[in-house]
Amino acid sequence: MNELLPFLPLLLRGAAVTLALALLGLALATALGALGAVGRLSGRRLPAAAVRGYTALVRGVPDLVMVLLVYFGGQRLLNDLGALVGLDRIPLPPFWAGVLSIGFIYGAYLTETFRGAYRALPAGQADAARALGLGRGATLRLVLLPQMLRHALPGYANVWMVLVKSTAVVSVIGLGDLVGVANDVGKSQRAPFLFFGFVLLVYLGITWVSGRLFAAAERRAAR
Amino acid sequence: MLKTTLLSLALVTGLGAQAVAQSLNICVEGAYPPFSFTTESGSVAGFDIDIANALCDQLGYDCTLVKTGWDGIIPALLERKCDAIVASMAITPERKQVVDFSMKYYNTPARFVGREGMTMDDLKDAVVGVQRGTVHHDYMRGEHPRVDIKLYGSQDEAFLDLAAGRIDAVMGESIASATGFLDTDSGEGFAFFGPPISIPKYHGIGAGIAVRQGEEDLRNAFSHAIGELRANGTYQKINQKYFDFDIFGG
Amino acid sequence: MKAGLILESWPLFAEGVWITVQLTVLALALGLCLAVPVAFVRLRRVRGLSALADGYVALFRGTPLLVQLYMVYFGLSQFEWLRDSWAWALLREAWWCALITFALNSGAYASEILRGALAATPAGELEAARALGLRPRQVDRLVLLPAALRRSLPQLGNEVVFMLHGSAVASVITLQDILGAGRALNARYYLAYEGLLTAAALYMLVTLVVVGVFRALERRYLRHLALAPVRVRSRLPAMR
Repeated sequence: MNELLPFLPLLLRGAAVTLALALLGLALATALGALGAVGRLSGRRLPAAAVRGYTALVRGVPDLVMVLLVYFGGQRLLNDLGALVGLDRIPLPPFWAGVLSIGFIYGAYLTETFRGAYRALPAGQADAARALGLGRGATLRLVLLPQMLRHALPGYANVWMVLVKSTAVVSVIGLGDLVGVANDVGKSQRAPFLFFGFVLLVYLGITWVSGRLFAAAERRAAR
Repeated sequence: MLKTTLLSLALVTGLGAQAVAQSLNICVEGAYPPFSFTTESGSVAGFDIDIANALCDQLGYDCTLVKTGWDGIIPALLERKCDAIVASMAITPERKQVVDFSMKYYNTPARFVGREGMTMDDLKDAVVGVQRGTVHHDYMRGEHPRVDIKLYGSQDEAFLDLAAGRIDAVMGESIASATGFLDTDSGEGFAFFGPPISIPKYHGIGAGIAVRQGEEDLRNAFSHAIGELRANGTYQKINQKYFDFDIFGG
Repeated sequence: MKAGLILESWPLFAEGVWITVQLTVLALALGLCLAVPVAFVRLRRVRGLSALADGYVALFRGTPLLVQLYMVYFGLSQFEWLRDSWAWALLREAWWCALITFALNSGAYASEILRGALAATPAGELEAARALGLRPRQVDRLVLLPAALRRSLPQLGNEVVFMLHGSAVASVITLQDILGAGRALNARYYLAYEGLLTAAALYMLVTLVVVGVFRALERRYLRHLALAPVRVRSRLPAMR
């Protein structure tokens, strides 16, 4: 334990980086998922095909490969784009490369979650709402979304659980997240068991707490 | 043309330091003690880091250190994640095909590390660990093609596995092996074996600062500044902080 | 794009695919063997064992695979008594460390899928088996388990893809799997992404093959079950 204590502040800062990465990644994934679901459900051929290509790509490539690709390949892309608009350099630090890759990957899964939730709505709900004189926006906001939320919640919780654990791979591109810090320090202190043990406990804590929160949310939504 | 000449003149002489306080990103590694390692506060420290900072002060640059894994350190330079690499990178003909180097800022030989009592004769049946994409990797491939080698992402990992007994020897730079492993508790029972090795074809002519090809001004500025640090005693001060002999080499 | 370099390095990538496939298939097979007893123990609440099984599943499902692998490879090798024990014959090899970690990880997820499928088996099927005079053990072995395995095929197929992708972390402990090959190519020629792109394409290809095989299996073994597959919480929704 003596080896670990001096590094505790550093490890906790790493845990904060992990959480920030996960939450921002989830936000991006939610936006992409909503967009993707709308694309799939729009009934138009081009957007639907684009979304299908997106999900097929994500389903084919491991998260670690995606993170590395975004970090190295993404920088090339940004450089080229930057050159087009006359900017010298748009930096892509590991943290943002991580947020982009995690958001991109889990956006594809949330597309399916949201689409499934929409499909689970009983047919005729929208028509009934329209017949009552509600506009399109009001129908969506007052009738469809609240019900979709209930159907989407278990899938959303699942995606979050996998997403949180996925953040670990971002350490491979040199991010000082919880895993990255433990990896650097644990190895140079020659006490990897202790440091990785600590990391395991923190992740268990995160998944346990979020499991509780989502269970409570599901109970509320099911009322 | 005139402008670049003036600029380089200003850089080289260090005169217009204030006027051209340019910002510069420098790639460092952080897993190669005592040259580069992570401290308790999470910052990087070591010989490379002190040299990088001293060079930046000398040149009047506003520098940011970017910690990058060894694997991706040249791509990071090429993709402009940073503008220079100060990471004990040996100046080799092969690397010169993709990047340009300043003059060397130190030069030390490579050596094998293994259990005490091990000799070069034991090498043929040994598993040797090297860091992926280093001169030591090239040397093993070129001179000992029959020996089983294992590739690591960082030097620290290779020493962890040597201590654990997963591999029988590590081929690496001698000072990093001594200070980073042999002098520590886990290095007990291990020693150098075989002679110090420095073959220009593999090991190059010492460690230099890498910049993108064609960035002559920056490269020359670094080379000149290394000379200045040697002349004004800063280099020796940094050297003494980590080593009890001059690592600049002949 | 340096297509020539990639083509030239095909033996490196072929070797990489072999290691990835080997690790994935063996880990899944071992994982499934582990998952069956664990699922039964958790379903029947066997005293003493249940707590152990719950702890195992919680640990492996609640933490990242990468950290589990670091723990087994770097963490365990720190202890001298372990290095002096028989287990070291396996743990000293990166390949075995990866296989053990992956099998334990996959076993935890598969047991959760299986437990759901076991619990969801219609009582009528079991009553019918008992009525035929089968003893409880025989019911488990001949009726309950095969039915549950069939029902969980879609989720297990999903699990295969996850293990395949998860196995990419093997490259961080010196193994030259698909990603390891890509990174070795990058390191050799100082490339930024060519090796990674090749690795991504190969993972995609292998994924397509796996998905194809599982669709064929489902067509064969779920044909008679004119029912929607049981809703079990798998890692993520299947995307097809």
